[in-house]
Amino acid sequence: MTATHHAAVENPGVVTNILVVGIGGQGIMTAADVLSQAALALGYDVKKTEVAGMAQRGGVVTSHVRFGQKVFSPAIIPGDADMMIAFEPAEALRWHSHLKPGAVVMVNDYPLKPPVVSIGLYDYPEAPLVQLAASAVELHHFNAGEAAIELGDRRLVNSIMLGAIADHLPFPPDILEQALLNRFQRKGEALTELNRQAFMLGRKAFNRTSVQ
Amino acid sequence: MNAPQPLQQSTRQFISGNEAVAQAARDAGCSVASAYPGTPSTEILEYIAACPDIYAEWSINEKVSLEVAIGASLAGARALCAMKHVGVNVASDALMTQTLIGAVGGLVLIVADDVGLSSSQNEQDSRYWGRFAHIPVLEPSDAQEAYEMTRRAFGLSEQFDVPVMVRLTTRICHVKGVVVSSPAEAYQRKNFTKDPARYVMVPGNAKQRIPLMMARDLKLSQASEEHPLNRVENGSDRCVGFVTSGAAYFHVKEAYPDAPVFKLGFSHPAPIEKIREFSATVDKLVVVEEVEPLLETELRAAGIPLYGKDILPRIGELAPQVLAPCIEKLLGKPCQDQLIETTGLFPRPPTLCVACPHLGIYYCLSHIKNTIIAGDIGCYTLGAGHPWNALDTTISMGASLSVAQGIDKGRSEADQDKNVLAVIGDSTFMHMGMQGLLDITYNKGNVTVLLLDNRAVGMTGGQNAPSSGLNIHGEATMQVDFRKLCEALGVKPERIHEVNPYELPTLFKALRSEVKVREPSVIITNQPCVLTERYSQLPPLKVDEDKCTGCSNCLDVGCPAILVQRRETVIKPNGREKELAFVNIDTAACTGCNLCTNTCAPDAIVPAFNIDKINAVEVN
Repeated sequence: MTATHHAAVENPGVVTNILVVGIGGQGIMTAADVLSQAALALGYDVKKTEVAGMAQRGGVVTSHVRFGQKVFSPAIIPGDADMMIAFEPAEALRWHSHLKPGAVVMVNDYPLKPPVVSIGLYDYPEAPLVQLAASAVELHHFNAGEAAIELGDRRLVNSIMLGAIADHLPFPPDILEQALLNRFQRKGEALTELNRQAFMLGRKAFNRTSVQ
Repeated sequence: MNAPQPLQQSTRQFISGNEAVAQAARDAGCSVASAYPGTPSTEILEYIAACPDIYAEWSINEKVSLEVAIGASLAGARALCAMKHVGVNVASDALMTQTLIGAVGGLVLIVADDVGLSSSQNEQDSRYWGRFAHIPVLEPSDAQEAYEMTRRAFGLSEQFDVPVMVRLTTRICHVKGVVVSSPAEAYQRKNFTKDPARYVMVPGNAKQRIPLMMARDLKLSQASEEHPLNRVENGSDRCVGFVTSGAAYFHVKEAYPDAPVFKLGFSHPAPIEKIREFSATVDKLVVVEEVEPLLETELRAAGIPLYGKDILPRIGELAPQVLAPCIEKLLGKPCQDQLIETTGLFPRPPTLCVACPHLGIYYCLSHIKNTIIAGDIGCYTLGAGHPWNALDTTISMGASLSVAQGIDKGRSEADQDKNVLAVIGDSTFMHMGMQGLLDITYNKGNVTVLLLDNRAVGMTGGQNAPSSGLNIHGEATMQVDFRKLCEALGVKPERIHEVNPYELPTLFKALRSEVKVREPSVIITNQPCVLTERYSQLPPLKVDEDKCTGCSNCLDVGCPAILVQRRETVIKPNGREKELAFVNIDTAACTGCNLCTNTCAPDAIVPAFNIDKINAVEVN
């Protein structure tokens, strides 16, 4: 944990800003919701906002989660994000100007290229994470998609990513785990257990990845 | 479509502004609610539909929707109608006269403005309607206030005998925050009382109502001056004070936590005298409002010195990073313009879904030459984008047909040989397109209409409509018969074709033959939206790499599951360069619609899995 994150707990005036970014359909809003529920369970004031024009149509989706004693504006000011969870490497690069120096960045490094790249109108950046690493952030990345497929379902990427960030939050990882599992309780034990495994896998995967 | 869960009952909830409005309607004893889906307001009715005590409907357009709510109010019930900003343009015919009648049961109009145009064709400021229609406007700043103000709106409506507008913006509708609700009230429904002098707005009666409306304006102004929703928040740094409302209030608090703020909740009519008093307590007064300088103009007219849109942007959100540099400049402080580093990254515009039935239509339209194509509002507006670039106009709901009629009638000699087409979806056709078709047939126009029936309101998430045969609760109801409807609107039966949009040869044939006929024709597609339960997936496809010639025909379909693997430039026998694109298919995303197989001459697109194996699994 960095000093910034301890400050969020100890100083009531401080607001923690987490950016969750990716592409419509990846579960960005769900991940942001779980983070919010965890902060809410701890008694914080929480605001969550999405910038998602046409979320189900493969567009850029960005969710802002802000929590603290009192939160005013729901959107994170550029340069103020303490943390970013990115579900796609180029999207991580797209939002890097929103990050504070030293921000923790967790990236699913499996690239998803849009049709405008496929038809040759634009280029996909050659090494988005190398560019991102050049700015002053604490970058971690791994292929969460591969890990999800190993567990048997692509949709588990979400829970894996939450697991990966869990040890960086200004509250204990089990609070986040509980908020995640609460979502699945209605849907049966098997699915809850699968998501618990995904969350744990994320936590371990994070430990495996190298800090750049 | 994600079916909303039943509304929560716990005290400290984490919900969106839209859900807060729905809960307020329930707790206020509202019993009729109507809407036509529109971003960012859609979820309000979805949440209300989960309340067993409220009659909820998807109306066919916003005018109908408001009239349903008006009827319910006159019948003595509390009624709510929700719509996006452009919906009020459609509903305004009813609104502008209903204001003379007033309200019996509380009549609340929830309007969601799309500040920043995340999903709309314009950025109009709905607060204008408050002035135009002589109705009060309440402006919540977050979900908690959306709850509180919606509840108050019903009471205000009854107290002042007036429809009340609650003006939301995207940053209220879609932002989740902590909401604490208050105990529900049991509203005692009144009965319908005949009162033609009040309810029948013929000139003689309407003329009698106008002075009453003017007197009401005065009472509303007095109420606004004293209303608790309008309040002063003292601040320690008096060099600049703010007058603000809605989402902008929190932007101000974020950027200038120590500044005095006049916070407006009951924003029209504005408490002008209270603001005048406030202005005397600060060195400089700045009005921060999204989007138009409405309040600013009124305060200036009242002789209050202030700054507003002369220093602030007139478009988009007034987020802290937008606001702060403007204020610093005003205060003569050195300010750095926020340098947002541009990454030079590719854009990621929204696309049509994998296997969307509209893909085949746009593949055909982009391959037919000599056309002018008037588009409409829905998912299929995306046909204006890459790779199809198929639409020439998009204006308002239903405009494809009438604009096409005008293009047909107004075209020059040089354009006489062009084919004029209109592209419209099922729910937009029922919303405001049917009239345009009748206009075309009645006035002997020559337009080929593509009616894309996917049995749902796709763009807002697959809501039901009369084309679905299901109501807002998913219960069976009548299903509109478009063939019969178009025939009734004057299209000859032989000019109406129903086609499967995944069968490209059939589609091409229908299109090519109908554009040649010099009279109105309608081509109706008949496959469901892939986001709805009606859609059933087929086994996915893959590309046989040995067979792919890199011709890139399949890319013209525009399916997001088709991905380029590598590009090569070759010299053709005639010496010209040709760029080849070798593709593969994201098998996990592909749902086997087979559209791309239609475009692949070398038959390189094949089932991803062994068919025998799939069948064997199914048999077992």
